[in-house]
Amino acid sequence: MASRSADIVACPDCDLVQRIPPLPPRGSARCPRCGRPLGADKPGSLDRTLALAVAALILLFLANVEPLMGLSAAGRETSTTILGGARTMWLQGEKVAAVLVALAVVVAPALEICFLLAILLAARRPPAPRWVGTLLRWTEISGVWSMLEVMLLGILVALVKIASLATVEPGIGFFAVGALVFLLAAISATFDPGEVWARVRWANGDGPWPPEGSGRTEAQR
Amino acid sequence: MSRALPTGARVGLVSCEACGLLSRPASPENPGSCPRCGEVLAFRRRDAIQRTWALVIAASILYLPANILPVMTTTTLRSTAADTILSGVLRLYATGSWVLALIVLVASVMIPLVKLAALAYLLVTVQRGSIRRMRERARLYRLLKAIGRWSMLDVFVATFVVALIQLRPLMSVTPGNGVLFFAAVVILTIFAADSFDPRLIWDSGGEERGGDD
Ligand SMILES: [Zn+2]
Ligand SMILES: [Zn+2]
Repeated sequence: MASRSADIVACPDCDLVQRIPPLPPRGSARCPRCGRPLGADKPGSLDRTLALAVAALILLFLANVEPLMGLSAAGRETSTTILGGARTMWLQGEKVAAVLVALAVVVAPALEICFLLAILLAARRPPAPRWVGTLLRWTEISGVWSMLEVMLLGILVALVKIASLATVEPGIGFFAVGALVFLLAAISATFDPGEVWARVRWANGDGPWPPEGSGRTEAQR
Repeated sequence: MSRALPTGARVGLVSCEACGLLSRPASPENPGSCPRCGEVLAFRRRDAIQRTWALVIAASILYLPANILPVMTTTTLRSTAADTILSGVLRLYATGSWVLALIVLVASVMIPLVKLAALAYLLVTVQRGSIRRMRERARLYRLLKAIGRWSMLDVFVATFVVALIQLRPLMSVTPGNGVLFFAAVVILTIFAADSFDPRLIWDSGGEERGGDD
């Protein structure tokens, strides 16, 4: 028991003060009052997430440079990329929607993945610098605005809509987005922000606890 | 057993919204900043109820033009047809798959409506100090935060249909202002759900037993 404070929390949803018990392997804890998940044991979280994030970065690149879908009608062929879609909306006068689309499916996912990579690399040798904490907060915000899974369904609906007017088929970008959605889900299942927070140097110079950089799971034994 | 449960606010401990660290501020009136991450601390989000109401009302007003104005206009050699969200759903139902029509209907029309109604319900029950069904309301709030993003669906549909169908003069699709209002509704409801403080649901009921599942 190196740390007295790390496993006592107030539930973010109902403010009940409670001690999170040592979790069994792959076990998780919920708030007894409101049912909010309060933590899970994720073995090897940082290494696994790093591997997934590297793969996600590659897919993100493919998703943005390859065409999402192509169309042929009356001997003419066109195709579009993600940013091509946002650009057409901008040129057609729907600037707010264009910016929101670019933000939700290009900027936010890119920031989310890049921040995560920086965090994971910096947290390998604790104590991690304070900017890691700032990036963790920004990663969370980027995640709220990152909507690749919604876009994937939107493309599917668009394909059906257009199918009655012309011949369309999904491109490489479409499959890259599909794989990326899957990877991002795997990342959120694997990543344990608590483990990173336990390694970050404290703003007031007190921490991290325990000081030698062992993770939270070890502190509970 | 009937006693007040130990919440952070009752025992003078404040939980950091950024990193989750529980700390005891020197003065409860001015909690200062988190010793670990430096985030400004507060026992409850500031003006949560007023802010959430303002955003809910603004989004409800914009929801009307979002559904009445066309989201896309299809121009062919012979005809011009403007589609709103609902007529787009009907067209999808008539020409293709009723599954996708249902998905668009739920995502674009029903989710924003449910989200706004549910936020208003949460706000009213908190303002009345209701102690009923707190666990269900907490679950409702978590659900709202998870589903709100799906109402962006039709913005994406419009974006990619417009981007692909630019075969002038044969056939072209232009976006309508419905898209603008739709995007605004999505942004406002995401901010609305974020500005609400779910801990307020529990603040009126201190005497309930804990741990009953
Ligand atoms: Zn709780
Ligand atoms: Zn903090």
